[in-house]
Amino acid sequence: MATMTDPPAEGFRLSQLLYDTRYRSATIQVVAFFLVMAGLVWLVNNVVINLSAAGKDFDFAFLNSRAGYDINQRLIEYSNDSTHRRAAYVGILNTLLVAFLGCITATILGVIAGVLRLSKNWIVGRLMTVYVEGFRNIPLLLWIIVIFAIMTESMPQPRDFRGEDAEASMILGESVAVTNRGIYIPNLVFTRSLGGNEVDAETGAAIASASFADLALLVAVIVAGFFASGYIGRRATATQERTGVRPPGVFWMRAGAIILPAVIVLVALGATLDYPQLQGFNFSGGIHLRNSLIALWFALSLYTGAFIAEIVRAGILSVSKGQTEASSALGMRPSWTMNLVILPQAMRVIIPPLISQFLNLTKNSSLALAVGYMDVRSTLGGITINQTGRELEGMLLLGGFYLLTSLIISLFMNIYNNSVALKER
Amino acid sequence: MSEVHSETALNSAYVRTEMLPEQAPPVTAAGPIKWIRENLFSSIANTAMTLISLYVIYVILAAVLPWMVYGIWDAGSLNECREIRDELYGPMDGHGGGVACWAVLVDRWDQLIFGFYPSDLYWRPILAVVIFLTGIAPVLYDSLPRKMLILTAAMPFLCFWLLWGGSIWGPIMVALGFAAAFLVVRQMSAVTGGLWAILLGILALLFLFFDPIQLIANILDWVIGLVGGPDAALSGAWRSVEGLVGGTIFPLVPALSGLLYSILPIEIPAVQSREFGGFLLAVVIGASGIILSMPLGVILALGRQSDLLIIKGFSIIFIEVIRGVPLIVWLFTAQLLLGYFLPPGSNFDLMVRVIIMVTLFSSAYIAEVIRGGLAALPRGQYEGADSLGLNYWQSMQLIILPQALKISIPGIVSTFIGLFKDTVLVVFIGLFDPIGFSNAIRADTDWNGIYWELFIFIGLCFFICCFGMSRYSQWLERKLTTDHR
Repeated sequence: MATMTDPPAEGFRLSQLLYDTRYRSATIQVVAFFLVMAGLVWLVNNVVINLSAAGKDFDFAFLNSRAGYDINQRLIEYSNDSTHRRAAYVGILNTLLVAFLGCITATILGVIAGVLRLSKNWIVGRLMTVYVEGFRNIPLLLWIIVIFAIMTESMPQPRDFRGEDAEASMILGESVAVTNRGIYIPNLVFTRSLGGNEVDAETGAAIASASFADLALLVAVIVAGFFASGYIGRRATATQERTGVRPPGVFWMRAGAIILPAVIVLVALGATLDYPQLQGFNFSGGIHLRNSLIALWFALSLYTGAFIAEIVRAGILSVSKGQTEASSALGMRPSWTMNLVILPQAMRVIIPPLISQFLNLTKNSSLALAVGYMDVRSTLGGITINQTGRELEGMLLLGGFYLLTSLIISLFMNIYNNSVALKER
Repeated sequence: MSEVHSETALNSAYVRTEMLPEQAPPVTAAGPIKWIRENLFSSIANTAMTLISLYVIYVILAAVLPWMVYGIWDAGSLNECREIRDELYGPMDGHGGGVACWAVLVDRWDQLIFGFYPSDLYWRPILAVVIFLTGIAPVLYDSLPRKMLILTAAMPFLCFWLLWGGSIWGPIMVALGFAAAFLVVRQMSAVTGGLWAILLGILALLFLFFDPIQLIANILDWVIGLVGGPDAALSGAWRSVEGLVGGTIFPLVPALSGLLYSILPIEIPAVQSREFGGFLLAVVIGASGIILSMPLGVILALGRQSDLLIIKGFSIIFIEVIRGVPLIVWLFTAQLLLGYFLPPGSNFDLMVRVIIMVTLFSSAYIAEVIRGGLAALPRGQYEGADSLGLNYWQSMQLIILPQALKISIPGIVSTFIGLFKDTVLVVFIGLFDPIGFSNAIRADTDWNGIYWELFIFIGLCFFICCFGMSRYSQWLERKLTTDHR
């Protein structure tokens, strides 16, 4: 009978670190770790030497000193007496503003173009192909500059709006003026503003104005309306699953839950529109969207929209034809087929790249530099650095902001991915 | 029954005995009319969309076509252009309106394409582009003879020499140095295994391109400084070794090329980096970024998929940091901060910095694309490679990477397209790419106020390059599909 004996226990030999696969990975990692750390220490060491040679220190105190420059497009109060920190906030908000606007319009454009590209209509399909390929294959920077040039060179001057038979006229019922200085749109203002109204000295009537509290209340009511609407929808679905009959009028209840409270708030606050009006050689009143914002926003939307169109198209094509046929075989209407069968499956494919396009759009908004839009790169990463000479600190903060933004967005994307991932065994 | 039937059939005068010839389908159900009905006017909504599209196309073409076709090609300035226009088509009002002034492209063609490159040396970038295209042809089309790959290997050095000029011995010796390192890796991998062979190869490169004695002395200095030991005593002793050998031998490659140059001076006039501009600049930055970022991207992707936690962690941090920050911020970093991170006194030109940054940037994106390819491979491929007894590098090289790269081709090409488009961002740090030149041309009094002609030209050039690349990737994707769907 053969006896199995354990191999003689060997002591650990140094050569095992190299030749034994059990230990070799540890050796490689330790060596790599020390090499990378040595490289980092080398870089930091160089920075220390270079900084002291230039007579600089590493200090973020410059953020609290007076900025001394003006920012023409801002969402929060800012003057040139504010601090660099405040200027950075203004820039961050401007970046987020254009990114937010861009994401919404790019999604709308992209979905429309993506669906139309699959249209059976030959001309529409080709037209959308031209749009998609044109924007995907030409640098974004060029589009931003081109749209900026269109806005400043081919649009009428404000003085062209003057007179009886003016060369240019306002559109959409005399409410929107497209000029070469930007687009003027009506502003939402309140006669019973929460922030208090100034009173006209002559007539004694309140001058309509808007405060942050008004807008916050409006947004809060609308968001609450959406939640309420969602709740009504879920209740209806639950009832339908229990009894087999969907309660009548659910659609109107859902719409009412969103619209009614908002209308009540608007009426209670005395909402009116403040129209832009020609005064002298320029428009006053309303909201002035500067050319820089318009050019950046449109270019980002059109450019990213072209990529989103491709994503939507691929997503719809990825749902196999058998799914459509099967749902027809079950007797579903085409609209149900789309909503209940195709879209939920296509969304799984569409959403992740869509979010990474949003991320790209946010990063691409740093091209604001080309048209002088004051985003975070132009305030914190531009003028602040030039004025204070704090390149290292400024660039670190700037990089940190972008990095944080993209990490947050990818975090949400991962959560979503995990929630819709196919549950496989 | 059938007999009766056939009898009747024979006797009946009015029953046909032969088939009628097939009639052509109705006009509305055949040919172009059928196609138009089905594709353009199948429903009310469809008809409306067709009419709207036709109207849009008409409006655009009516505005743009005459402007382009009647454009003026021969003039010295925008004012001259307008005079010619008024002469030909009668006076027109509206600034810049009427017809295009393509003359600006003729007038500034050299600048837009070559930048400030010396005009008597234009043949060099042209030849370099031809060599570049011939060099990558065998990589792109595998039906070409494999011998052409020799040219591919020599291509980077040849193109570098043609573009920047100078002594021919520098590029030759660098190429020989890389060839030597490659030989070391190849010979040693049979003896010691992949990892050690690669390490030896890197050592060989260090030995060839740096002064090993100086290097060791610096490291000694630095380590002693870190632990606070006696200043420069040890390295001073070491440095005296260098005195024996003499500083002329190391670094080996520059020393040898200098020697060869003094024996046989073959050179062409040198061109400075700042003389590059226009599309030449975009192509040089784009092409170097593409070539250099590929190997780095593969290594990063392998690192991120690796089982070794520390290496995986470093790869993830590098990739995510690079991808999380826009390229323009990295370019400003290259311009403003690179000096801080390098030893005092080291300074190299802006274009090299840009190429380094662009390479690092796109390598992170390529790493993510290749990681997708690696993750998409069935687990069985990895296990199959293991069961054949291949070690890590062998299995990667022979089994995994060829398949993973194949899957990733569309993503890689679209990364390259993005990189090439992004080269225009260098305008922000003061390099003159085509957009930079369009600004410079407009700043000139001759052409003040010219916009669309330049934008159309630049856009068209980029479109042709990028659209070509994307078509190639679609073609390759179709060719490489081996599954039968």
